[in-house]
Amino acid sequence: MPRRGAPPEVNAGSMADIAFLLLIFFLVTTTIETDSGLDRMLPPIEPPDENVVIKQKNIFTVNINKNGQLLVEEELTDLRNLREKAMAFLDNGGAPSGSPEYCSYCKGNRNPDSSDNPTKAIISLKNDRETKYATYITVQNELVGAYNELRNREAQRLFGRDFTDMEAEYLNPETPEGVREELKEKVQRVQDLFPQKLSEAETATN
Amino acid sequence: MAKFNKKKSADTPGVNTASLPDIVFMLLFFFMTVTTMKDSSIMVENTLPNATETKKLEKKDRVLYIYVGKPTREFQKTYGTEPKIQLNDKFADVSEVGDFILQERAKKPQELQNVLTTALKVDSDANMGLISDIKQELRKVNALKVNYTTFEGDAFSNIE
Repeated sequence: MPRRGAPPEVNAGSMADIAFLLLIFFLVTTTIETDSGLDRMLPPIEPPDENVVIKQKNIFTVNINKNGQLLVEEELTDLRNLREKAMAFLDNGGAPSGSPEYCSYCKGNRNPDSSDNPTKAIISLKNDRETKYATYITVQNELVGAYNELRNREAQRLFGRDFTDMEAEYLNPETPEGVREELKEKVQRVQDLFPQKLSEAETATN
Repeated sequence: MAKFNKKKSADTPGVNTASLPDIVFMLLFFFMTVTTMKDSSIMVENTLPNATETKKLEKKDRVLYIYVGKPTREFQKTYGTEPKIQLNDKFADVSEVGDFILQERAKKPQELQNVLTTALKVDSDANMGLISDIKQELRKVNALKVNYTTFEGDAFSNIE
């Protein structure tokens, strides 16, 4: 004869354990990862309307061959010296004082045979089809690093703060709107002092 | 006085844990909603190079991914060992990159379509020839913002 009366209550004491188990599973599998990398802009496919004449001295050529060797300004260079050379070129400020292109904030050698002004200076990067991607990234990293170091220097002088730091805060979506507006102006100003002009020609075929 | 003393003799009550499951469930739901199971398995070897001057890729909804690298061992029989492009879940030819970008762009909301970034996740051993071809394709469809995804680390370790 079955017992009468209210059915026995299900013991819920182990519910917490079960929930904990699931919680731990999801904790372990969750990866809130953010990728990071080198941001670059590709040149638009339409050629510019008019041919702009660029002085040879304002172009800094970097060639990477298939063995990962670097030819910088017709000179075989070690990768580790690339950043220094690029900085010397960008920061040169070769235009004589008084001319419209004179660079007041440059601390370079003022060599008249090198770039006139950072805003004129162009880095031209060429690579072989067989160049390793890793080498290419290292070169890109060094060139971006050269710009960043110079920008940091100017940002420190003007605002007492690193450019990369300001830019990261500006790009962070969690930064409040007001702060971002203010940063945008500063970031823009430093960027204008050392605009990133990195031209990537189509690769050589052999 | 004795009357009052008697009352105090009971031992300290335990903390009520009845709400513990609720708290745990709340956490559980949070992690369940936040977790994203990987939507596409990577079919190529993908050891990214190192770099120091990196920027974070914020806002995942405006990023398109292109993977490049040698097919992993299980696919090597069918696809060989030359570096290949992987778009979503399948291997693709360089000529398909443009269409892929256009398709993915069309899927995104209108306001995001102009601010998309293409993240290139390329294996360190890939050759630049393939990457240049991809870049050319990206230029053709006007997807000019690219991010060479890398690990954070000493860039010179790439060349050793």
